[in-house]
Amino acid sequence: MIRTALKSLLGRKLRLLMSTFAIVLGVAFVAGTLVFSDTMNRSFTALFASVVGDVVVRPEAASAEDQEVSTETIPATLVRELAEVPGAARVDGNVSAIGVFVIDKDNKVVGGLGPPALGGNWTDAPAGHGLTGLEIADGRPPQGPGEVVLDDRTAERAGYALGEDVTIITSSGAEDALRLEPTLVGIADFPEGGSLNGATLSLFDTATAQELFLGGEDAFNDLWVTAEDGVSQEQLRERVAEVLPERFEALTGDEAADESATVLIDNLGFLTTFLLIFAGISLVVGAFLIVNTFSILVAQRSRELALLRALGASRRQVVWSVQLEAFVLGLLGSTVGLGLGVLLAFGLRFLFGQFGLDMSGQSLVFAPRTVIAAYAVGVLVTMVAAWLPARRTGRIAPVQALRDDVAMPESSLHRRLLLGMALLGLGAAALFAGLFVDVPRAGWFVGAGVLGILLGVASASPVISRPFLVAARVVYARVFGSVGNLAGQNSLRNPRRTTATASALMIGLALACTMAIVGDSAKASVDKSVEENFVGDYIVSNVFGGSFSPAIGDQVARVEGVDQVVRERFSVARRDGDQQGVAATGADDLDALRLEVTDGSADGLGEGTVLLQRSWAEDEGYAVGDTVELDTPGGEQAWEVAGVFEDNPVVFFPILTTPRTLLEAGYPDKDNALIVFAETGGAARGLQDRLDRIVEELPIVTVKDEAGFAEEQREPIDRLLLMIYALLGLALVIAVLGIVNTLALSIIERTREVGLLRAIGLSRGQLRRMVTMESVVISLLGAVLGVLLGLGFGAALMYAVRDEGLEVISVPVGQLSWFLGLSLVIGVLAAVLPARRAARLDVLRAIATE
Amino acid sequence: MTVTPTAAPAARVVHLTKTYGTGQALVRALDDVTLDLHARQFTAVMGPSGSGKSTLMHCCAALDTGDSGSVFIGDADLTTLKDKALTRLRRDEVGFVFQSFNLVPTLTAKENILLPLSIAGRKPDPEWYDTVIATVGLGDRLDHKPSELSGGQQQRVAVARALVSRPRIVFADEPTGNLDSRSGAEVLDLLRSAVDQHGQTVVMVTHDPVAASYTDRVVFLADGKVVDELTHPTREQVLETMARMSDPGAVGPVHR
Repeated sequence: MIRTALKSLLGRKLRLLMSTFAIVLGVAFVAGTLVFSDTMNRSFTALFASVVGDVVVRPEAASAEDQEVSTETIPATLVRELAEVPGAARVDGNVSAIGVFVIDKDNKVVGGLGPPALGGNWTDAPAGHGLTGLEIADGRPPQGPGEVVLDDRTAERAGYALGEDVTIITSSGAEDALRLEPTLVGIADFPEGGSLNGATLSLFDTATAQELFLGGEDAFNDLWVTAEDGVSQEQLRERVAEVLPERFEALTGDEAADESATVLIDNLGFLTTFLLIFAGISLVVGAFLIVNTFSILVAQRSRELALLRALGASRRQVVWSVQLEAFVLGLLGSTVGLGLGVLLAFGLRFLFGQFGLDMSGQSLVFAPRTVIAAYAVGVLVTMVAAWLPARRTGRIAPVQALRDDVAMPESSLHRRLLLGMALLGLGAAALFAGLFVDVPRAGWFVGAGVLGILLGVASASPVISRPFLVAARVVYARVFGSVGNLAGQNSLRNPRRTTATASALMIGLALACTMAIVGDSAKASVDKSVEENFVGDYIVSNVFGGSFSPAIGDQVARVEGVDQVVRERFSVARRDGDQQGVAATGADDLDALRLEVTDGSADGLGEGTVLLQRSWAEDEGYAVGDTVELDTPGGEQAWEVAGVFEDNPVVFFPILTTPRTLLEAGYPDKDNALIVFAETGGAARGLQDRLDRIVEELPIVTVKDEAGFAEEQREPIDRLLLMIYALLGLALVIAVLGIVNTLALSIIERTREVGLLRAIGLSRGQLRRMVTMESVVISLLGAVLGVLLGLGFGAALMYAVRDEGLEVISVPVGQLSWFLGLSLVIGVLAAVLPARRAARLDVLRAIATE
Repeated sequence: MTVTPTAAPAARVVHLTKTYGTGQALVRALDDVTLDLHARQFTAVMGPSGSGKSTLMHCCAALDTGDSGSVFIGDADLTTLKDKALTRLRRDEVGFVFQSFNLVPTLTAKENILLPLSIAGRKPDPEWYDTVIATVGLGDRLDHKPSELSGGQQQRVAVARALVSRPRIVFADEPTGNLDSRSGAEVLDLLRSAVDQHGQTVVMVTHDPVAASYTDRVVFLADGKVVDELTHPTREQVLETMARMSDPGAVGPVHR
């Protein structure tokens, strides 16, 4: 029996290859994602192991979770005290800062979104466990204010060689220290492996770093205590902790590295989830293809299977012979998919490198888990998908071997409809619960709901698509005559097959449409809110959305034609353990922002008080006079609510306080946005040019007017959409292969009929046209269902989030019609090969085919 | 029966040779066959399995091509035509009835009958269409799908389809092979009356002496050669000739 199954597999290599492709793609996604995320984890773990000492001493409130450096520092005197601790070989103080940008020779900032631009002091302290930390690979350590050391990747990317002057822009410090031009005296790297993953690192000598980043204070951001031989990290940590003053804490290097790595990996974890969702989508689409292919193949072999039954094979043997084929196929697909997945991981690494997350220093990590997951997913999906058609083979009666025409037993359409409706109902309920009811893990509900609805529609579609297919036949017959009629009839001949094939396309397009609507609505909302709330004439902000020195605001304020500069600061605190954004602006600037304070008074805003956004205050149950409790780098804060203001998108976070309050709470003295008001009249002429000149000097900031600002706000949405479309494109490719496969198989099935048509005078061209029209019916059906479902999903999603600043529901009609047009093209393209194959059939042999 | 061969044959085969395989396995399916198929006549081609009768018909019907020699339908030399012209010729000049699977399962009987015309984008001549339909005698079953018709009815629909475009010549490949004798007789009557009443030329491949007895002329093939011929045959004559052919010693030149 096994041999029979394998033989029949070999006999159908090509047909199966195409359905394998779906498995290959799905598995490739899973494997690629796992390899990539393992690589990312290893890379960060290696990095963080190299950047901690045996024991790390730091201010208590400073945790790695919020990626800002605390303004709390450790006095240099503590270094000498800790050196006395028994078991401590040496103590080194580190100065570290974020927002120290290296500018390349084209006056562009090196790096990108995401990885930070780090600055600090050079020390030769060894990392934990005696590992060599950062090492000068070339040149020498920096000495004095005019010298700097860069990490090797940054120096390479910026194109600086030893001895050249490097342009560095800091986001802290005095106005005269904003733009530095020290000489590059050394290149540093991590000899133990690990890479900065795209972050840039500029190191000065300790005194210069303290001058630049700590305002000249003889202090450090953290200390490394190196253990003597034979003293463990934990022993040393305990001894250090005993002598530490209250405000400081000591961690072992392992703890500190784990903490940092975990935070970053958690932050990047959404990428893994994101990619795995797409792996899931392509597997679901692929499963449709497999069900369909196996159904057709089994139908074509029903006579052979009946013969096997007549010869004494048991029902179970017949079923398992089909399952065995599926198993082998899954195995093959998984193997190829695994290989492709590694390539995909290479591609992902390159892609993320383009966005700034440079991991070229880390070779790909190929964990056993990846292999197991790839095979488990590939084989399981194939076998489960093949199970439905396989089970049906068990119902073939042996007597059918003796009949001329064997019809595969089919489940009744009525049952399919009921099943579909049940799935649809469950899916809709889950979607509703996820969107509108407060359930835990709402995302899962939404996902399951969408899947349920898609599967429900797919299951019911042989029935619910009938009107479409009948209408298509009528239109075809009208427009294209008898060839059209034939094509229309063919797609009606086996509605299960037609609609299953269309379903694969439907899923991809439904998701693409949903994203198109969400994206378009988000952009429309951004436009609307910018239009309604943009105040002032220009906005100055950091190119990477980070912060910059207040000295830039001072410079801008002095530009001729500038009337007023409003500074805004954005910080992240923790409220009951969750991240909570806090905005700050001067109390005098509230009028300029056109902030409408309805409860309490704007005058009350000062040190230690906050204004709250109305919708948030209502949701969280705050009123004027209450206190808001937050965890900040400077410790716990209790701020009094001085007033409530009407929602205003210029204030990006629901809590608004003053810059002074943020400073007291341990946040650095840095601005995030400047709103520039021009003077009226002639003085404002040429203002843009004069502002641009500042930007030229300090390329870390940009100046935008209203249109530019709106565009900048839309840009991330576009970028995300593009990425999602690219990934959904893969689902479409699978769907196209599905159509090709179904058409090719059904032409093989209809060989005799094709021969007959040719014999009575159907020309090759007409035959090709017929196949193309069949293909177009399938693709159009998929597109229509997909667009309809996408509209539903999109509207539901947007309706659910209408309170969260996305109040505009916009349907990109142009884009949706583009999708429909695309599906037409897909239909035509998918038909090319099967049509050619049909046209090439030898008439005589076709007629003689049994 | 008042059939007189006209001067111009409907189809002519001239020195047609066709071989399959090479070397030891070489089979001469047709060996220098020259034959006129007369217009307005019902001709049967008979012969044992492998005698080349099907190949001969396929070549005449523009479904297959010979290695050398020519085939003419009317004035058209099939050997000089490309696929496109051959397709058009099949569509306009030739009608087909096969042993089985003659109809497109998705179309009704009526749509099947009209298929060659509608493929060609032509309207049926209403008078002729009515005549054909009346002759076929399908009555109210015209709107049924083939799966709802009996074998005999299906085959009559196939004959109607072959007749409706008024082809120069109708080829029938064992049209009664799958039918019981009564249904077979109906189909043969239909073909016979098409020749008698409408002057249609019909060529039929068969190995059934009864079927052959319906024809005006029987051409016997053996080993790719025309070995005998009968005009206005009876069942007994056909049987006798076939018996003579199956006796190896008797195969030889044709005795008139």
